[in-house]
Amino acid sequence: MSGTTGASSLPGPPPAPADAVTEAFWQATREGTLSVQHCPACGGHQHPPRVLCVHCGGIDGLRQVPVRGAAVLDSFTTVHRAPDGRAVPYTVGRVRLAAGPVLLVPVLGDPDSFRCDQPVRLVWLSLPDGRRQPAFTPAPDAPPDEPEP
Amino acid sequence: MTAAIVGAATSDLGVTGLPALALLAQGVTRALADAGLALSDVDGLATAGTGRFAATQAADYLGIRPAWTDSTFAGGSAFEMYVARAAQALASGQCRTVVIAYGSDQRSARRRSLTGPYDAASPEAQFEAPAGPLFPASHYALAARRYLHVHGLGRRVLAEVAVAARAWALLNPEAYRHTAGPLTVEQVLAAPMLSSPLTTADCCLVTDGGGALVLTTAERARDLPRPGVLVLGYGEATSHAGSAGPADLLDTGARAAADRAWAASGLGPHDMDVVQVYDSFTITTLLSLEALGLCPPGGAGALVADGRIGPGGELPLNTSGGGLSYGHPGMFGLFLLIEAVRQLRGECGARQVPGARTAVAHGTGGILSTHATVVLARQDTR
Repeated sequence: MSGTTGASSLPGPPPAPADAVTEAFWQATREGTLSVQHCPACGGHQHPPRVLCVHCGGIDGLRQVPVRGAAVLDSFTTVHRAPDGRAVPYTVGRVRLAAGPVLLVPVLGDPDSFRCDQPVRLVWLSLPDGRRQPAFTPAPDAPPDEPEP
Repeated sequence: MTAAIVGAATSDLGVTGLPALALLAQGVTRALADAGLALSDVDGLATAGTGRFAATQAADYLGIRPAWTDSTFAGGSAFEMYVARAAQALASGQCRTVVIAYGSDQRSARRRSLTGPYDAASPEAQFEAPAGPLFPASHYALAARRYLHVHGLGRRVLAEVAVAARAWALLNPEAYRHTAGPLTVEQVLAAPMLSSPLTTADCCLVTDGGGALVLTTAERARDLPRPGVLVLGYGEATSHAGSAGPADLLDTGARAAADRAWAASGLGPHDMDVVQVYDSFTITTLLSLEALGLCPPGGAGALVADGRIGPGGELPLNTSGGGLSYGHPGMFGLFLLIEAVRQLRGECGARQVPGARTAVAHGTGGILSTHATVVLARQDTR
């Protein structure tokens, strides 16, 4: 999935540095490619990258593959008291990729418009070291599916 | 061989000005006095929270050289896990008298923060921390949002948990909120939003505190002064470290932990006279009630409504006032057990559940990450 290359940067501290296992994921973000790890033995996908497949225990041939398709907002929370001085409110969401894995990411847009299970699309936030942080925002033509309880 | 709890006590609570090990030692000396035993009898020790070498630190402070220790670190469910480990150690003969202890000075020392304890080497430091979730509040908030969505419920069902906790605390002279007056659903809903849908009133207190339990064999318990409380069964489960981990946020390990404990005890949720579950956040309580099998998924909202879990209600829940209104010294798991013991002994005064003979304590640690259940019953009198 290629996302919009936004001009905005991640508010708050950047992610911890990549390591030998996660390097391929972070390298791909530099070109605006979101990827998850694929296991050739069972066909499963997982995130974050690991040295084994959590679905089948396989250890061979695990590699990052670009993600296509829709994502949905599984759940979200809007934070009103920041832990690190970033501007509030901001929203943290659980986003489920069509390939299966779930990401915990910034969700951009009007918090009052967010609904569980609504379609969302990828946007990138820039990081100081050239990597990019995946974030999501409601897909443009997604109607709200329910009133706020 | 069955293990029995023969001593239970709490330390000073609130803003004590005391260091954590002093609060831990207060709990230990009070629980041993309660049990009619001495420090020289203690040959097993379990604790967490006072540094990386928690049991070593505590043993040194108490001046004992235990034959068995456990410092399993699993957050709020660790103390329920210690009961299981202690029962096994007593059964194997590795030790005869176990103290499970805790002390925390987090309020006086201003240790509690909103930021996460992300280890820089953990996957979460790369893949979750950048989004800025409060730890642990935002992770529980994600579960709460999903829960309300899936079951078509509003924030009111969360608020009912905090309201009942306050009602119990008003009956408990030890509780930090004993004199705070009643809390209403409207007040909880109107409290400042912290991490939606959770307000500050959906979150547990931040206090100092501590306490201890003394365990030995059921056989030996009969010779001790206080009524014994038998450990009938226990179970535990460990699930996820980060909130992106589980496919379904509402499918935690709590159900597996509870099912294991029920199977071991031969009892079920509807056999319990008293229920103590971790209320780090109001959502934790709702999910725990469902995991224990007291109601079907989505049924906790109805179960906690209209005063059913408050004083005089059909399900006496968190009778001390819980982490929401009794106190919350960092990890509350030990306090669930202490209150269960006090109820089974009939010591609870205005908040006593009449004739309580069975109780369950269910701890939750991390971000709905660790789960442990202990089923208890009053030992038959001779």
